[in-house]
Amino acid sequence: MGLLFWRKKREPRAIADEALPSYGSAPESVGETTTGVEVLNEPDVLLDAPDSKPRKAKAHRPEQPSASEEVVTAEVTPEPAAEEVTPEPEPEQEPAVEVEPEPEPEPEVEVEDELEAVELPKRSFGKNLKSLFTRIKFDIDNLDELEETLIQADFGLDTAEAIVEGVKQRAKKQGARTEAELKRILVSLIADQLRREDSALNLQDGKLPYVILVVGVNGVGKTTTIGKLANWLSEGNWRVVIGAADTFRAAAVEQIATWAERANAKLIRPKSEGQDPASVAFETVELALRDDADIAIIDTAGRLQNKKDLMAELEKIKRVVEKNAKISETLLVIDATTGQNGLAQAKAFAEVANVTGIVLTKLDGTAKGGIVFSIQRELGIPVKLVGVGEGIKDFAFFDPEEFAKGLVG
Amino acid sequence: MFGNLSQRLTETFRNLRTKGKLTPADIDATLREIRKALLEADVALDVVKDFVTSIRDRALGDEVSKALNPAQQVVQIVNEELVRILGGQQRQLKFSAKPPTVIMLAGLQGSGKTTLAGKLSKWLKDQGQSVLLVAADLQRPNAVNQLQVVGERAGVEVFAPEPGNGVGDPVKVSAQSLKHAEKNKFSVVIIDTAGRLGIDEELMKQASDIRKATNPDEVLFVIDSMIGQDAVNVAKAFEDGVGITGVVLTKLDGDARGGAALSVASVTGKPIIFSSTGESLDAFEPFYPDRMASRILDMGDVLTLIEKTQAAFDEADAKKMAEKIASDSFTLEDFLDQMQQLRKMGSMKGLLAMMPGAQQMRQQLENFDEKEIDRTEAIIRSMTPAERRQPKVLNGSRRLRIAKGSGTSVTEVNSLVNRFEQAAKMMKSVAKGGMPQLPGMPNLPGMGMGGGSSSGKNKKKDKGNKGSKSGNPAKRAAEEAARAAGTKPNQNNGGSAFGI
Repeated sequence: MGLLFWRKKREPRAIADEALPSYGSAPESVGETTTGVEVLNEPDVLLDAPDSKPRKAKAHRPEQPSASEEVVTAEVTPEPAAEEVTPEPEPEQEPAVEVEPEPEPEPEVEVEDELEAVELPKRSFGKNLKSLFTRIKFDIDNLDELEETLIQADFGLDTAEAIVEGVKQRAKKQGARTEAELKRILVSLIADQLRREDSALNLQDGKLPYVILVVGVNGVGKTTTIGKLANWLSEGNWRVVIGAADTFRAAAVEQIATWAERANAKLIRPKSEGQDPASVAFETVELALRDDADIAIIDTAGRLQNKKDLMAELEKIKRVVEKNAKISETLLVIDATTGQNGLAQAKAFAEVANVTGIVLTKLDGTAKGGIVFSIQRELGIPVKLVGVGEGIKDFAFFDPEEFAKGLVG
Repeated sequence: MFGNLSQRLTETFRNLRTKGKLTPADIDATLREIRKALLEADVALDVVKDFVTSIRDRALGDEVSKALNPAQQVVQIVNEELVRILGGQQRQLKFSAKPPTVIMLAGLQGSGKTTLAGKLSKWLKDQGQSVLLVAADLQRPNAVNQLQVVGERAGVEVFAPEPGNGVGDPVKVSAQSLKHAEKNKFSVVIIDTAGRLGIDEELMKQASDIRKATNPDEVLFVIDSMIGQDAVNVAKAFEDGVGITGVVLTKLDGDARGGAALSVASVTGKPIIFSSTGESLDAFEPFYPDRMASRILDMGDVLTLIEKTQAAFDEADAKKMAEKIASDSFTLEDFLDQMQQLRKMGSMKGLLAMMPGAQQMRQQLENFDEKEIDRTEAIIRSMTPAERRQPKVLNGSRRLRIAKGSGTSVTEVNSLVNRFEQAAKMMKSVAKGGMPQLPGMPNLPGMGMGGGSSSGKNKKKDKGNKGSKSGNPAKRAAEEAARAAGTKPNQNNGGSAFGI
C-alpha cells in the first residue's frame, strides 16, 4: 500500500508507462533550462483510468482501496490486498518486486481546497538487506553473540547492549527460548523503536510548494537521492523543481542536471561557478512559486560536520529559503556504511539545519546501517527513505518492520 | 557521551598508580576500556578481539609487571601494537622501472576516488612527473566531467574518449589510455574507476578486468575514514575481487576517529600509503601510522608535537627559561621570545590540534584566531625594554601610548598585562612543582619547556587560577577549550608555559 500525500489539484499529465521518458535519453532536455522558462514535458496521454472514480479525497483512505488501487498494490508487492492484517512475508518470498511498475497516480478531487491526494507506491527494499545472522545461531544462553552481531551492524556498543537487555527481558516475560522466538522478539524490538508516527515525508499540509533541503557529508549520495526522489514524484505527476546549490564540487551541477533530465524535473543552475549556494536555493524557491510547482528540492554541497564555515553556509541557505517558503523537510543523507561518526553528523546537522528525516543510502551493500537506530534513539530523528542502488528506482520509503526483518532474516 | 581513551585510562590508572603493580584483574579492566575505545572508533569487532588478545599476552608478560609504571607501559604497548598493524614505517609509492607507472584507484561509491585522483596527480606533477588521468568511471552521472574539471585544476591531461553516463567500456578505455600514455611519453597514468560494491560481482569482475588489461604498479583501495564495521567486508571483497597493493584513507579532515584504518590494514595486510584531508587539491599527505594510532586512541598527536617542539626549542634556552620562571624573573620580553619560538613550529591552530583531547576541542580550535597572537606581539613590541622587564611601571599614560602604538585599545593592553602577571605567578608556582607529565603518558622529553602544569602534584596550586585567562592567546584558547570540554584548565594541556 502506498502512502497518501496532498498536493494541489491540476490537470493530470504524463501517466501511462509508455509516455514516460526512458532514462539516459530523455526526449527533451528539461533539466538544461537555466531559469523557469521551459514548461515541463506534457505527453499527450492523459490520465484515463476508468476505474478510479473521482471522489472526495477525505472520504477515501487506504483502507478502502478502489479497484485500480488494488491493481497497483498487487503489482507493487505480491502481498495481497490485506492491508490491515500485517502478513509475515519473508523477504526471500518477495521475488516479484524485481520489476517496479510505474506508479499510477490516483487523481482524487478535493473540491474545497483544491487539493488532491496522491498515492506514492510503497516499494520494497527488504530483499536488499543481508541478514545479520549468516554466521551464528543464537539462543537464550548465548546472547553475547547477539550483542556482537549488532555491534558489527554499526548499532554501537551502548545501543547493542540495550537491545540485548531488551531481548532478554521480553524473552523472560514470554518464556521464549527457541531461535525463531528470539528472532521474532528482536524484530519487534527493533521495529518498535524505529516506528514513528512522523516517518512519512511532510508533504501533507498542502502549502505549496513543499521545499525539501537535502544535506549531508561528502559522498553519501545526496545527488543520487534527489534524482530518485524527483523522478518518483514526477512519475507520480508532481511538478518538481530542483536547485543545484552544490556550487562547490567539480561538475556537481552537471551531475544533478543529468538526474533532473532523467526525472523530468526543472533545474535551477548557478549562474556562475562558485555562486553563493544560498542564492541558488533562493532562486529555486522563487521559481517554484512562480511556476506553481509542487515541490522544490535543493541539493547542497557535501560538508563535513566539523567545518564551521561550511555549516554556517548551510545555515544561511536555510535562512534564505525560509524567507519565501516553509521548509517542509530537511533530509540528512547517511551512508549505510557510516560508523559511529554518523551520530556526530546527525547532531551537528540537526543543530544547524533542523533535520526532519534521515535518508539511509547504499543499503544494497553489505553494510547494515545500524547507526540510524542510534540516531533515532538519541536524537529522535526518524528514517524516512532508503536508497538501495544506483538505478533511478532503487529507492523506497523506510519501513521499520521490513528493515528489522531484513536484518534478522 | 564518551570520554576519550586517554581520559578513561587515566581514570583507570589512577587506582593502579597507588598499587604500583598490575594484577590480571587490573589488566582486564584496562583491556575492557581499550576494547570499548576501539569499537567506538569503528575498528571492526574481529580486529578488536585479536588486538586485545595480543595486548593481553604482552601485558601479562614481564615487561609490564617489572616496569616502574605498569599503567603507562600498557598504553605504550597499545600504541606500539597499533602502529605495527597500521604499517610501522611509511611506505612510498612504487614506480615502474619502465614508464609509465600505472596507478589504479578502486573503492566504494562516494569514497572520494575522483577527488583523490586530482590530488594525487597534482602531487605527482609537483614532483616532476607528467601525469595522465584516465576517466574510467563511465557510470556515475557526469563523473567524466568531474574528472575533467579536476584534471584542469591540477593542470594535468585527462584521457576521456567516452562520454560516460553509462556509455563506453571502462576496460577498453583503460587499455587505450596506456597506449596513449606511451605514445605521448606520460610517466604516470592514474585510472579513476567507478565506485562499486564489494558484492556486485559484475562490477568487481569489471574492475579485475581493468587490472588485467593495464597491469598497474599500484592498485590503491580508496576508503572513507568514516566507514564503520563494514570496512572489513569491503576491504576483503576488494582484496579478493581486484587485488590491492595499498590503501588511501580519505576525509580525514572530519572528526571520525578512523578505526577503519586499523580494520583494513589488519584484514588486507596492505599498507596505508596516503591520507586525504580536505577538498582542496593540496589536502593530501603521506600516511603516518603513528599519528593514526594516536587518533584512533584519541590521544592527540603527541609524538609529532614533541618532534616539532624539539626542533623549535633550543634545549639550553629551555633550561634558562625554566630557571627564570622559577626565580621570578620571567618578563614580557621572555614571553615574546617564547611566542616567537612557538611560531617557528607552524600555525598555533595546527599545534593545538595535535594535543591530546583535541578531538573535543576541534570546535574551539576552528574559532581560534591566529591574529590574536599578532596583536599580543604588537602590544609587547610597543613597550620600551624597561616596560617589558618591569610591567609594574606601566601607568595610564604609558598604557595609552602602547595602545596607540600597537593599534589596539587600552583595555586590550590592560588585559594582556593582567593576564601576564597571573600567568607568571602561576608558572612560578608550577615550575617549583617539578617537571610536568601528560596524564597517562610516559614522561615526555621536550615537554618540560618552561615548566608547565598538569601532573597531579600541581593540581592544588592550579586551583586558584581556574578562572584566569592566560595572557597568551594560544594558552587561553587551550584553556577555554579545556573548559568547554568539561575539564579544568591545564589538566589536558601538559607542557610548556604556554600550555603547549
